[in-house]
Amino acid sequence: MSDLETFRSETRSWLEANAPDALRGKRNDPEAVPWGGRNPNYKYPECADWLDLMAAKGFTAPTWPTEYGGGGLSREEASVLDQELMDLELPPGLTGFGLSMIGPTLLQYGTDQQKQEHLPNITGGKIRWCQGYSEPNAGSDLASLASAAVRDGDEFVINGQKIWTSGADHADCIFMLTRTETSGKKQAGITFILVDMDQDGVEVRPILLVSGASPFCETFFRNARAKVSNVIGEINGGWTVAKALLTFERNMIGGMAAARTSLPDLGAEYLGRNDDGSLADPILRDEIAQMEMDALSFGLTVQRNADAVKSGKQPGPESSMFKYYGTELNMRREQLMLSIREQQGLGWEGDGYSTDELVQTRAWLRSRGNSIEGGTSEVQLNIISKRVLGLPG
Amino acid sequence: MKLILDPAQAMLAKTASDFANKHDPVDRQRQLRNDKSELGYSPAVWSEMADLGWTGIPFAEDLGGLGMGMAEAVLISESMGEALAPEPFISAVIFAGSLIEALGTTEQKQAWLQPTIEGQKRLAVAHQEQATRFDPAHCTTTAEQVDGGWRLTGTKAHVIDGYDANGWVVAARTSGGDRDEDGISLFIVAAGANGATCTHQARVDSRNASTLVLAGAPGELLGGVDGGGPALSEAIDRATVALCGEMLGMVREAFERTIEYLKTREQFGAKIGTFQALQHRAAEMFVEIELCKSVVMGAARTLDEDGDVSNRIAQVANAKARCSDTVILVTNEALQMHGGVGMTDEYDIGLFMKRARVCELTFGDASYQRNRFAKAQGF
Repeated sequence: MSDLETFRSETRSWLEANAPDALRGKRNDPEAVPWGGRNPNYKYPECADWLDLMAAKGFTAPTWPTEYGGGGLSREEASVLDQELMDLELPPGLTGFGLSMIGPTLLQYGTDQQKQEHLPNITGGKIRWCQGYSEPNAGSDLASLASAAVRDGDEFVINGQKIWTSGADHADCIFMLTRTETSGKKQAGITFILVDMDQDGVEVRPILLVSGASPFCETFFRNARAKVSNVIGEINGGWTVAKALLTFERNMIGGMAAARTSLPDLGAEYLGRNDDGSLADPILRDEIAQMEMDALSFGLTVQRNADAVKSGKQPGPESSMFKYYGTELNMRREQLMLSIREQQGLGWEGDGYSTDELVQTRAWLRSRGNSIEGGTSEVQLNIISKRVLGLPG
Repeated sequence: MKLILDPAQAMLAKTASDFANKHDPVDRQRQLRNDKSELGYSPAVWSEMADLGWTGIPFAEDLGGLGMGMAEAVLISESMGEALAPEPFISAVIFAGSLIEALGTTEQKQAWLQPTIEGQKRLAVAHQEQATRFDPAHCTTTAEQVDGGWRLTGTKAHVIDGYDANGWVVAARTSGGDRDEDGISLFIVAAGANGATCTHQARVDSRNASTLVLAGAPGELLGGVDGGGPALSEAIDRATVALCGEMLGMVREAFERTIEYLKTREQFGAKIGTFQALQHRAAEMFVEIELCKSVVMGAARTLDEDGDVSNRIAQVANAKARCSDTVILVTNEALQMHGGVGMTDEYDIGLFMKRARVCELTFGDASYQRNRFAKAQGF
């Protein structure tokens, strides 16, 4: 047996022996994925045990170094772990911006002390993070942000407002961009700092979206305080760190386009089939084929990029391509699913609609934000044209 | 499958690109057109390609080939696309050559495949007829057994590089109705055979294409009777992926020239590349081209590695649909962004646009491929 096959069989046995019964088959239930933090409040209490078990194995951050609570696994091993979890329809051990955004950023830009302090709390699910980037007047033009951080001894005093802070109402800490210099180029006066939200100077208000959910918040800072030792990178040098983190964020959002429901199956259910097996609506059949082919092409491109990175290529501004195409793909997919479900796709709540139909109405509405969050599609196209193609201006 | 070039493939890609660039890229195609060459390519360049071993790329080493695969073949066709090089690599090597290697007897391989590899002879595949909407099963040309031999009757159209070929691999019906998938057999008809008349078809891209009229022409059976369909379909897939490589090369070149133009042309006192309306369209093309690179690699490797037919069809159909759409998008946009000068015959963009339309409509356009993809995926 190859090493990878040995790893697969050991992992499988471990998962089968340890996974809580209540979470088996719950992979697609967002409430079954542990998000960790100081006060997690789970629908399934078993989430807490699952998180601890997975964290102890290093399986919450499989490819991170073991000294920070990671698994020290190769990409191949991590992918085996993922396959085995999927096979048993188990949720991952942990999810959140700690793992997907601030963790990778700390691994790249954090000092040894910062890594020691924060990474084990991420892999162990002790601290839940949120992101403080956008402001009411700094959306696509992120560098014009104004939230001020003023030095006071070994602390910064922060005043201002962040918006679209996902999950801020459940988060323990926020990684945020602050203005520490107002003269000169606007990118050159930004500082990236970690702030504990458990203090009087931080207030969070959820925002209700068109989908009826409140995944985002407004977060207000009134004389909030953070230690200078919590600055990542240089003071006034936060823009570099901010861009690196955006790359991780784009990869995460682009990756969300991974297919869930099979469109051909959905088509067969709602449109029916002709005697030769083809879907009964020829126009929607063609649109489904286009969608499936675009997804296949995108998947191959993600794989090609991963293969290039494995062989030593540095990830660059082309990550904008994945953010742009991945989110547009996801949005088109949601729209197409509504077209296939026809008027059964219009349900808001109550009887007359299946759970899947009701979930999908909300998912479609939520998806409209994909091309806005993490840098709008237009911003991604700007990045490609200037930084990849080298077009002037 | 790994979607990355290994060192030997990277070297081959560089050699192929250097070769294409050495032979007056695009100008050579323009000159052949101006000369009204019915052959449509340069025998001297073709012979050099044979000397480099490229006419033997996909064939087994004991036949004199290089023992490589489609992953390497697309590197050659991509470089040819970049330069608009018109040599019959896809038609003779990948399309006809694959059929002879797959189905030929030892004698047939000696008679046709070895001389192809040596650059001495070439076959063209005559599989299509007029108004059959790309469907290889739609075949009305018939073959009948007469005195122990076969006689073919019918008209084959759009035969790629058919003019002045040393012979043709012809698809003809030996049983079943006009559109049946079963009942198609393949035959080799040698040039000069009684009852075989090949005439040049002048097309928009000035390349070699022909009509082959068969009036009881003698043909030699290639493979089994009635069983040619699946082999033909696989050979078309191989040729299709090689053509996708050519389209990728064209797209990259047309795009590069356009980006260069956006960086130099000035209007309203500024480089036109500073205008966001053009920047976003350029960025969208970049994304489409990146997708094309991936699907060409994926389809070529699938043909080399995978035995599953529905997966093969899905990958090939996907690659052809994507490259067809993108080659049209990029050549149309290239012309538009070049403005009036793009419309002139003197400027090369028009040559790319003309060839793009031919590539798009060879081996099935995007809507044909979407239908094929859906069928292969069971919907």
